[in-house]
Amino acid sequence: MTAISDREKLSYIAAQAADARLNLELETEGMTLNLGPQHPATHGTLRIIAKLDGEQVISAEPVMGYMHRGYEKLAEVRTYPQVTALVNRIDWVGSFANEVPFILAAEKLMEVEAPPRAQWIRTALFEMSRVANISLFLGDMALQLGATTPAFFAFRDREHVLNQIEAVTGGRFHPNFDRIGGLKDDLPAGWITETKRAMRKMRQFCDEMEQLVLGNEIFAARSRGIGVIPADIGLSYGLSGANIRSSGVDWDTRRDNPCGLVHSELDWKVWTHPDGDSFARFWVRLQEVRESTKMIDQLLDGLPSGPIMAKVPRIIKVPAGEAYVETENPLGVMGYYVISKGDLVPYRVKIRSASFSNISIAPWLLKGVYVPDIITILASLYFILGDIDR
Amino acid sequence: MSDEAPAAEEAESEADPPESAEADTRYGALVEDSLGDTVLHTSVEAYLDTASAAHADGFALLVDVTAVDFLTYAGTRRLPHGVDPERFEIVTSLFNPQSRERVRIRVQVPVDEAAVASLFDLWPGSEILEREVFDLFGIEFIDHPDMSRVLMPEDWVGHPLRKDYSVSSIPVQFKSASNVR
Repeated sequence: MTAISDREKLSYIAAQAADARLNLELETEGMTLNLGPQHPATHGTLRIIAKLDGEQVISAEPVMGYMHRGYEKLAEVRTYPQVTALVNRIDWVGSFANEVPFILAAEKLMEVEAPPRAQWIRTALFEMSRVANISLFLGDMALQLGATTPAFFAFRDREHVLNQIEAVTGGRFHPNFDRIGGLKDDLPAGWITETKRAMRKMRQFCDEMEQLVLGNEIFAARSRGIGVIPADIGLSYGLSGANIRSSGVDWDTRRDNPCGLVHSELDWKVWTHPDGDSFARFWVRLQEVRESTKMIDQLLDGLPSGPIMAKVPRIIKVPAGEAYVETENPLGVMGYYVISKGDLVPYRVKIRSASFSNISIAPWLLKGVYVPDIITILASLYFILGDIDR
Repeated sequence: MSDEAPAAEEAESEADPPESAEADTRYGALVEDSLGDTVLHTSVEAYLDTASAAHADGFALLVDVTAVDFLTYAGTRRLPHGVDPERFEIVTSLFNPQSRERVRIRVQVPVDEAAVASLFDLWPGSEILEREVFDLFGIEFIDHPDMSRVLMPEDWVGHPLRKDYSVSSIPVQFKSASNVR
């Protein structure tokens, strides 16, 4: 008589389960999680303040400025040739690429043009800094997702490129090699053969990464569909470079607004990916490294002969005016807005760095994701803190 | 290329023949060519309208918002007729990903009323760029969601990129520092 029928028992259990589920879905007490300022997912010091509900992010705000070195202010008291030594240190992993837009802006104001050989070598070094920079990213993002091996492969193979950059410029990280009107020096003997060998090794590295990381189930599970940026949202936040190309926007400054560099004379392809997720960002960057190594091969094959410096005065005075030049740097579009008053020093230099705009999407992108995905998303956005804070 | 709504300063030059380069307007702003780049000169009042018109015309990417302090700029500044120089200038770079076109909007901002409209509603990416300008120049952006410092510490005094801010030997001022040398 008092025994509960099976059916009633089952409905009781079901009601208990529903109650438990309901309680889970009620808002739990929030928690604020502080990531950084020192965190390996950031190249430098970035702090992320994330308000959590359970394991879900309600809101996240990046706090930057820990590495603000005031280059825009310093550039106002340095002569034009001295500024290149400063701007080297903005994105320190691909530092030669930082010098190029500044030099191009100064050349635009002075109305001088580097001789063809200098332009070709400049483009080759520009692309090599991309290979060095992005190959580090390829290892690093895998490291953030728990795979240690790709990071060691990346550090090992990046050395081939850095050695070649060092052979020309004398500096592995801070070349300070670009000059208004050309380059500091010509290439050393035997460099072309060695560089081609290095590029072959980098292509092997790309193949290796493709199998090791892109073919990895865990990597795909943790990055596919994570941190999806629709193209219009990405554009409205000013995203550039591989971040916007992996949302399907076919825009590359190297192809669309070539200025001063010789990308238009090469046979290459702009890679895009329709998905816009973390996986797509990794995939696009991997293809870009491979494309860059092919570009460098073409540049070395077609290298014209001739002088490497145009005729510029020994003491460089830049005529009054304003110029804005941007190039497709490893991290995205980097531009320099230079105002000159006809002096030895620039009146104002605004450094438009890619990472500063790229990080601005973080509050939008991190809203609603889970804590482990914060790391995936930040790693896949790929910013260098020196590039954010300048 | 909308020729409607010419800027108020240009009302008299409307009588000029249209082939005169000076009378060119676009999005209600004066058009100037600077080393091959298109530069639009607009006023603080018309800034948001110019930006909205450009946004509606396909300039989907806000490349940059920055400012210049012309306090110590000796000599005359080259500005088109009808634009009065002020101490600050807001420079906004826009890019149209479809037509691959870029324009630059320049606005003269007086120092005693250093405030312009925020572009946050058009491009949310302007949030961080405008905070940087506020941080380093002290120019306010009206209707900005969070007008706070972004690069300098929150309790920093002064705006470093102003030309009357000394470049050398400033004692580092952090809130926890007990004795500032």
